[in-house]
Amino acid sequence: MVRELKITPIKNGTVIDHIGNGLALDVLRIVGVQTLDKDSTVSVALHVRSGKLGWKDILKVENMELSPRKVNAIALIAPTATISIIRDFKVQEKRTVDLPDRIVGVLRCPNLNCITNQPEPIESEFTVLRRRPVLLACAYCERQVDDFLHHLS
Amino acid sequence: MSLHGRDVISIRDLSREEIESVVADARKMIPYAEGKKVMRPLEDKIVAMAFFEPSTRTRLSFESAVARLGGRSLTIADPGSTSIKKGESLNDTVRMLSAYADAIVLRHPNEGSARLAARASDKPVLNAGDGAGQHPTQTLLDLATMQEAFGTLSGLRVVLLGDLKYGRTVHSLAYALALFGAELVLSAPPTLRLPDEVRDQLEHMGAKLVEEDQLHRAIRDADILYVTRIQRERFPDESEYQKVAGSYRIDNAVLAGAKPRLIVLHPLPRAGEIAPEVDATPHAAYFRQAFLAVPVRMALLNAILGPAKGKRGG
Repeated sequence: MVRELKITPIKNGTVIDHIGNGLALDVLRIVGVQTLDKDSTVSVALHVRSGKLGWKDILKVENMELSPRKVNAIALIAPTATISIIRDFKVQEKRTVDLPDRIVGVLRCPNLNCITNQPEPIESEFTVLRRRPVLLACAYCERQVDDFLHHLS
Repeated sequence: MSLHGRDVISIRDLSREEIESVVADARKMIPYAEGKKVMRPLEDKIVAMAFFEPSTRTRLSFESAVARLGGRSLTIADPGSTSIKKGESLNDTVRMLSAYADAIVLRHPNEGSARLAARASDKPVLNAGDGAGQHPTQTLLDLATMQEAFGTLSGLRVVLLGDLKYGRTVHSLAYALALFGAELVLSAPPTLRLPDEVRDQLEHMGAKLVEEDQLHRAIRDADILYVTRIQRERFPDESEYQKVAGSYRIDNAVLAGAKPRLIVLHPLPRAGEIAPEVDATPHAAYFRQAFLAVPVRMALLNAILGPAKGKRGG
């Protein structure tokens, strides 16, 4: 049987593959559609068969490469994701998302009384307490957080 | 590691040996704290007292400690009289204070503020309470009171009574006691039990935890009964506060079943948790605990700001 191509290849841009099933739209929120070039196409594939994960989501974004900060945010909500940089239809670079030991400026502290939620000239900062499943602690108030989706800054 | 020049933001910043050293030094400071002897190791030092939240006991005991060590204090006790009112950030205020003083003692309503201050300041910062967060010098004086009463911090059986959910100073104390292998008996109203994350951490450290809702059973074999105040301002919801307010009270009838050597501690001010009749019994150690605030803070300030190791002032 000929495999049907559900999403067309892109010339230049980023492919985020192996996103956990149902998480593509959250990853898309991190990518930030409003910041894209007006001619860029974004393709989203939901519920795709995957040898590794059973089911997965895929995101392809034309003419965009992710900042390290956005990669860190993706690592928090989709730790199984892989990121491929495409240039002239070829994969230039492929890597998994790795969570650094400190995560700066990606999440808001869920503790509303934390000093990082006040008008101070500082960025939020979290340290990784545990990697599987991910558990973070605010470097300022020590509040622990394991629900990242609702606290992305 | 020496405490000289260090920040003290959380009790976790101190090792077991450092805690023991401060507690032991605090004992030596008692005659100086009482004014019976004189020492001036901080003679050339200025300590900024930045109090952005009302506090009498903590601020006065820090000021007293600085004065007893021969140093001087610069005090902000009313933030309304400063540029904070004009919208100055804590970050900028702390940078300014670190230019005027050799150390900063900070009390602030926001959790994490002391950590921010320590990053903004090139001088040591001592956390005197950040919102519902950390209050490490309170833990040190709690431990100093236990050490004085029992001659050791090891192997004590300590009942933690009251608000174990929002009262985070009790979390710091539980952490420190776990370092010393204490057995902790947790006694709290059902809605104010110790959070699972704190419980997991304590168990991970090897602490022995027992839950006992019945007060008379909890105190039966205990050495220490640590009573906390239920702090109305920490509750997100008034109705939750009303359900537990006044749910426990220590009086002589309750203490009748305790060991004769049991001591009762309370960070004060109390709001009805301990009946005044207990004050006259040998169990009452909370006023001694309040007094020890001065020698403990002296010991800590001297370790951080005094002459470097081996040349302690005297």
